[in-house]
Amino acid sequence: MNNIIYSVIFYVLAAMVIGSAGYVAISKNIVRCAFALVYTFLGVAGLFVLLSADFIAATQVLIYVGGTLVLILFAVMLSSRISEIRISNQSVGRVPGFFITICFGAILIYVAVSGQWPVTEKVDFSPTTASIGNALLGKWLLPFEVVSILILSGLMGAVVIARRKRMPKGDEK
Amino acid sequence: MTPGLPHFLIVGAFLFAFGILCVMTRRNAVGVLMGVELILNSANINFIAFAHFSGTAQTRIDGHVFALFCIVLAALECAVALAIVMAIYRNFNKLIDMEELTTLRE
Amino acid sequence: MAHGMYYNSLYLALIPLLPLLGAIINGLSGAAIQARLDKSVIHVTAVATVVLSFVLSSIGFAKLALDPSVTAIHAHAWTFLAIGRLTVDAAFIMDRLSAVMCLVVTFVGSLIHIYSIGYMKNDPGYWRFFAYLNLFMFSMLVLVLGDNFLIMFMGWEGVGLCSYLLIGFWYKDINNARAGMKAFIVNRVGDFGFVIGIFLLFWTLASLPSGSSPVGHASLVFHEIEATLMNPAIRQAFTGNTLFHIPAITLICIALFVGAMGKSAQIPLYVWLPDAMAGPTPVSALIHAATMVTAGVYMVARLHFLFSLSSAAMTWVAIFGAVTAIFAAVIGFFQHDIKKVLAYSTISQLGFMFIGVGVGAYSAGIFHLVTHAFFKSCLFLCAGSVIMGCRHEQDMRKMGGLSIFMPRTNLAYLMACFAVSGFPFFSGFFSKDEILYQAFITRNMLYPRLGIFIWGIAVLAAFGTAYYMFRSYFMIFTGPYQGDQSHIPEEQSQTITFVILLLAFFSAVAGFLGMPEIFGVPNLFQDFLNPVFESSKPYLHFAHGSLSLEWLLMGMSVILALAGAFIASRLYKDAVHPLPEKLLFLENKIIRLAYDLIYHKFYIDELYQRTAVRLVMTLKNISNWTDQHIIDALVNFAALIGKLMGNAAGTADAKGVDGIVNAAADMVFTAGSGLVKIQTGRLRHYLGVALAGGGILVIGNYIFFT
Repeated sequence: MNNIIYSVIFYVLAAMVIGSAGYVAISKNIVRCAFALVYTFLGVAGLFVLLSADFIAATQVLIYVGGTLVLILFAVMLSSRISEIRISNQSVGRVPGFFITICFGAILIYVAVSGQWPVTEKVDFSPTTASIGNALLGKWLLPFEVVSILILSGLMGAVVIARRKRMPKGDEK
Repeated sequence: MTPGLPHFLIVGAFLFAFGILCVMTRRNAVGVLMGVELILNSANINFIAFAHFSGTAQTRIDGHVFALFCIVLAALECAVALAIVMAIYRNFNKLIDMEELTTLRE
Repeated sequence: MAHGMYYNSLYLALIPLLPLLGAIINGLSGAAIQARLDKSVIHVTAVATVVLSFVLSSIGFAKLALDPSVTAIHAHAWTFLAIGRLTVDAAFIMDRLSAVMCLVVTFVGSLIHIYSIGYMKNDPGYWRFFAYLNLFMFSMLVLVLGDNFLIMFMGWEGVGLCSYLLIGFWYKDINNARAGMKAFIVNRVGDFGFVIGIFLLFWTLASLPSGSSPVGHASLVFHEIEATLMNPAIRQAFTGNTLFHIPAITLICIALFVGAMGKSAQIPLYVWLPDAMAGPTPVSALIHAATMVTAGVYMVARLHFLFSLSSAAMTWVAIFGAVTAIFAAVIGFFQHDIKKVLAYSTISQLGFMFIGVGVGAYSAGIFHLVTHAFFKSCLFLCAGSVIMGCRHEQDMRKMGGLSIFMPRTNLAYLMACFAVSGFPFFSGFFSKDEILYQAFITRNMLYPRLGIFIWGIAVLAAFGTAYYMFRSYFMIFTGPYQGDQSHIPEEQSQTITFVILLLAFFSAVAGFLGMPEIFGVPNLFQDFLNPVFESSKPYLHFAHGSLSLEWLLMGMSVILALAGAFIASRLYKDAVHPLPEKLLFLENKIIRLAYDLIYHKFYIDELYQRTAVRLVMTLKNISNWTDQHIIDALVNFAALIGKLMGNAAGTADAKGVDGIVNAAADMVFTAGSGLVKIQTGRLRHYLGVALAGGGILVIGNYIFFT
């Protein structure tokens, strides 16, 4: 019984993720794309829960849905002439794009299905937050610190890039 | 059939393929950014799936840590990309068209 | 050396690290210090760090000299690499050989740092100069103290870099920058040989039958390799190893020696050293005379346990040394630039050192290295003083009579000249004579009597040395002053004269450390170094020379040196003899030809320009042409075929499959036109190519490797 519920939830989430991701990739309207992306991220978060990764799922919702997506929406709203839907999200070179996509998808799916993956014994669902914390401040401390420096420099770079250059008057509204 | 590792990998593969498609065909830089996010998510699904199905007690958490780094760096990347988009928006005649952005060629 | 006590002390690491600290301080904040504070802060930092490492080196030296039970001081900092069977430590070792080197490097280095205070005082790049100089000291000490090949190689590359930086120190003149690049590139050739040698050695050691060695074969640590080769069975297997039907040991030694040829400016890789004189004179003295260029000699001596195993390699080393010694000496006959004369003299003296280590007289080679460091740096610093006194004039024809204006420089130069020419009881006399004698009696060459031939060449080179050194002395210091009459050359400041007089003193007396035993005193230097070279003793053979033979050879070299000096004095003293002038305007074809040949340094530079450089440039042009004509044509052709195929398919096919065919044609066409202009600047093109490549790799991997 449990297995059936698990399967149903998985297939629903998978359909949601794949469907919305496909929409993101194909749709002509970029605003709709951005909203479809919400469903993709939420679906992925759900998959994380199924994979007993509670902390990652929560992070996914907080950072992706709450942060990244809002940023993307900002970018969309600020930059595109949304009213002109025709040009807001044109796509080009569809034929080679589709070709490469299909090739890659086929390879990956083939590998996923045919690969002999090592499978260890099942574990119970248990909270992972504490052990992630220990790992981050123990085994992965150096990468953690490096990432923090990277983020600092990245944000500083973002600020520098986004700052308005001083331009002659009248050049910019 | 109870979903096992291949099922999750297939979802990841689809997500990756759509991400590639998105990155390759979009003219709008923000659209490209969305494609990149899809690709990163597919990688995360793989990390967590392998951690869940193939990890041992010692290594299981490593996959989670990797996924965590991935998410955090994706957020950072998004912030930088947004900044670049705004800069392009100002400097390139209000269009964020990837087809026009060939300045790096020179 | 393999048996004995190691004295562990991390203080050893301070010897190289102190100059590094100075380099960091001056390199990162030197500009600010120079602008806000005073220049004295810069040179106090630089000099203090080097002097401190000299003090530490002396302490280490004293420890080794006073306590015979200690064979080496060892400092293990951290494990640098651990890959499979290979473990490389960031570790330093000071045995008696590296202690001697260390003392020379830090002592001469300290003096030249002090000298530079005076020499560079008006240069805007003051801080930069001292930062580079300190960085050089660090690299050189790493080279000397490294206890394995990789650490040594790091130092080896470091000194190359510093040499490049310092030759091109006045980089605003394109010629100086070119000279730096030339030095760097020629050294690359040598370093390539060195790297190949290390690879070959490791490979050969790792392929030995295992099990009998206490430390494991796969090691790059000098004393571990030495200990491994002490085992007769392993040594047998090692020397029996062949590659392309040549004994691997010979190939290894020759490849390593190619590295030494580059660094130590031996034929045919010597061409960079004369050009390196474009750098400031203290740099020429420190790097291109006293320390860095002797690294090759040090390396051969350090690896005595390898070179001694292959008489072919030893012959190779000795022959190259001898040929270089005579060749550079002959070129030195007609040079007019004072620093060029000294540069060729350095090349020639390095040839002597290689004769020494090549014939198996390692301590004699190192002894000459030490005395050479003193007298050659003294000569260079005197030259610097003279150049400053004559307002940056380097042409000896525009000098003359400086003994009146610069008495102290005159005295120092004369002492150093005596030393380099091998006048009795000056330092060069003992060291050069030891090398000559050992070359005469050696039996380590491929052909037993080859040593005598090498001795003959070396004696001629010694004669030439005396001639051109005294030629330079008489041209500079005697006769009327030939330069710009509007100003009078004057003696330099106290710092400069103090340093050159001190070095002149050492040039005069350092030889007594290594007096040969026929004078009835112990040869201190040789006795000190002997334990280091103990392990290669069994493979080295020397004929039993008699006392009378030794006296005879010594007498011969003294007579030749005196003759060289005498000829020079007849021709050049007081600039009264007409022959040099006449020679310049001589019409006789043969003499003219010989003169031109030597004056233009046997046209070796031109030869390289015509061959190696042109070859590379031609290759460049060919590939450029291929790229433009053939590759592009191919790409266009592919596009054309794609286009034709697309068109043909599009028109030929029926309506039902039209869509698919068109898509295929479109795809091919897109790919074709994409290939024509691969660099479109469009992200998706790049991404597509990258993904396609990745996909091919994945599929290929799957097909072929699973």
